[in-house]
Amino acid sequence: MAEYRFPVDASQIMLFARAIGDKNPIYHDADYASSTEVGGIVAPPTFTQAAAQYDPGFPLRPRIGEPWFGSGREPTGAKPKEKAGDAGKGEGAIGQSARVLHAEQRFQYFRSIRPGDVLTVTTRPGKRWEKQGKRGGTLKFSESVSEFRDQQGELVLIATMVGVETGQAVSQS
Amino acid sequence: MTLRARQLNVGDTHSETVAHNLTRTQIVQYAGASGDYMPLHTDEVYAREVAGYPTVFAHGMLSMGATGVMLTNWVGDGRLTDYSARFTRQVWPGDDLTATATVTAIDSIEGQYFIQLDITTVNQNGETVIDGKATARIDP
Repeated sequence: MAEYRFPVDASQIMLFARAIGDKNPIYHDADYASSTEVGGIVAPPTFTQAAAQYDPGFPLRPRIGEPWFGSGREPTGAKPKEKAGDAGKGEGAIGQSARVLHAEQRFQYFRSIRPGDVLTVTTRPGKRWEKQGKRGGTLKFSESVSEFRDQQGELVLIATMVGVETGQAVSQS
Repeated sequence: MTLRARQLNVGDTHSETVAHNLTRTQIVQYAGASGDYMPLHTDEVYAREVAGYPTVFAHGMLSMGATGVMLTNWVGDGRLTDYSARFTRQVWPGDDLTATATVTAIDSIEGQYFIQLDITTVNQNGETVIDGKATARIDP
């Protein structure tokens, strides 16, 4: 069970809102936000994805001085290993992540997230199941459940991610 | 804005365009903001030559985030209690996305009203890219 801290600041909320194309001033204008029902800047509903920035084991972030599997001189850098290791542990995790697509996501909200919150994120594996793919082959689904708690230990949000492991690129049509 | 139970009916819908001609730059912006630097989304050379896709495609969570813009614009800020999505199809650069919420139920639990919503986000060809659900607190 992985655990880390996710400090929430106003600039990260602003950048995240820009990236999803949300111009709602509740995400960047403190004066406007203070006049609303929520009473201040809050985070958009999917903001906790940005917790990845603080996850020490997050495999989809280049590490300084380490090989990265995106293109440089060659189309790919580090070659993913065939046998995936534990999530968050070295090259095996990158190899695994490169074949896992995001299939489903759920958020359960208990209160709004605000700048100044320091959330503790605890992630545990959830259910696992298999399904036959439309084009043959077995699709392997797995859940990862993250609880976000505040400084008082109160539950703020539960994020459930469902990943699907695929053997090949999914066709466009 | 505040939704009121007495002004809503099952079957009511709300729709917004949440992406128009989605750019690779916005996908890069999302990678930077979320911290998800998966090269499939931002690295054209990797996506084509290594992964075998025609080009890069958006993070599923970018589509879910954009769909959330429609939701919070309609139900208000800090009102969602649950929001889930299945990613049914990839979203490519150049896509237009239209997100729609449909009221499936209006409930009252200990005096607090909630709406249940079905959510569908489609691309410019009418193909579903997100199939989801949400619940929000509303006023009486």
